[in-house]
Amino acid sequence: MEDNLRNQRYNAYLQSKMPKTKPLPTLFRAFWVGGIICCFGELCKDLILYYFPSLQADEAGTWELIILIVLAAFFTAIGVFDKVGAYAGAGTIVPITGFSNSITSPAIEFKREGVVFGLMAKMFVIAGPVIVSGVCASILVGLIHYII
Amino acid sequence: MNKMGKQSILYKNKPCVRGGFAVVGPKEGQGNFGRYFQKVLKDDLYGENSYEAAESKMMQMAFWGAVEDAKLQNNDIDVFVAGDLMNQIISSSFAARSFDVPYIGVFGACSTMAESLLIGASLVDGEYCKNVACATGSHFSSVEKQFRYPLELGTQRPPTSQWTVTGAGCTILSNIVGNIYIECATIGQVVDWDVVDVNNMGGAMAPAAAETLKAHFADLGREPDEYDLILTGDLGKMGSEVLLDLCEFNGIKLGNNYSDCGQMMYTSEQKTFMGGSGCGCSASVLNSYVLKRMRLGELKSVLFVATGALMSPVSSQQGNSIPCIAHAVVLKRR
Repeated sequence: MEDNLRNQRYNAYLQSKMPKTKPLPTLFRAFWVGGIICCFGELCKDLILYYFPSLQADEAGTWELIILIVLAAFFTAIGVFDKVGAYAGAGTIVPITGFSNSITSPAIEFKREGVVFGLMAKMFVIAGPVIVSGVCASILVGLIHYII
Repeated sequence: MNKMGKQSILYKNKPCVRGGFAVVGPKEGQGNFGRYFQKVLKDDLYGENSYEAAESKMMQMAFWGAVEDAKLQNNDIDVFVAGDLMNQIISSSFAARSFDVPYIGVFGACSTMAESLLIGASLVDGEYCKNVACATGSHFSSVEKQFRYPLELGTQRPPTSQWTVTGAGCTILSNIVGNIYIECATIGQVVDWDVVDVNNMGGAMAPAAAETLKAHFADLGREPDEYDLILTGDLGKMGSEVLLDLCEFNGIKLGNNYSDCGQMMYTSEQKTFMGGSGCGCSASVLNSYVLKRMRLGELKSVLFVATGALMSPVSSQQGNSIPCIAHAVVLKRR
């Protein structure tokens, strides 16, 4: 009982002592980098629509995502993405680039443990939960849609 | 009996610190202790094809370097006492394959340097061994992989995080009469004050260091100012501040003779937030900076307190708090 009280006090003390992330500079970095990534995505989409006028807008959107995913994977592979990510935080994680990075980075990290049990098995250690909740949510929404 | 108080032991035969060697990665070489390390690697993969293999190779290098520094051969070493942070302490065991020396693998997380020293000193002091090699090491990239995220993942590190030191250190203890010797040691208890944040190791480990210091001073009836240097392992910037507060609360006043290896390891431009951590942190500082300054006579008595967090990724994921430990070893110069 006495120990519990001490531990609670100690954790409260640690909380008060912990350096905090400064919100304004962090937000600024996230927004300007994230904004540029999104603008670049829009630019890709516009260029695709300009050069391939037969495509629908949503088809062009799919190509845009593919370009962003491939570019993010490429920059992860050459060791640039983590440095930009350390600077921009949510700015690079929230767009689809973050998803691409979260799959590519464990694939690189675990390839030494072999293709099957390393690369393929560990590829989804970070992105896995996102995929699982995405699939579950879509099933749920589909069911609701079917009933209504 | 050479036991003092509840947790401390006094080595009556004064096991000599006969040799030491530290090898570190390139980032550590650019840090504050850069000029003290005996060997700074240019490439942290060290010519191997995995970081785990590189870590093991660093420990091999530390062993051979320390053996040479002690002017011995590997057949003169009676036991190699070592541990590291990898699962099943593979770096130490794999390193020990090539030595042709009996081996005791130990685990005390980042407190392993002090742990292996106190075991080694006991073996020498008890006249069971002539020469014992005590070693440990860690590698930033192998530790990140096992405990945190892939290296290339683009996330931000929290401001309380620490940077695992890429480095290894080995000390040779011997039964000869030498200038520098291990005088006594305090064996730590596991201390858990219910800290669950794995990104705040300094905060989790500070109580363990405080408890060990309290026991040390009580067991031996000493005061902090009797030491030229009181050096904790890897509490980092915040952890050392917390330790100062905790010690003050216990009525122990740590003065300017207190330092922390982790806090001092990197320069502020290296952006490691709270500083260094890992087995290699205290091991490399002890076997380079501390040993060299003791040999020069600049330091005459050093209280070395290496701290370790004894959790695993599984225990953390299951919501457990972080049990911590700190072992203390006193190095003296005649």
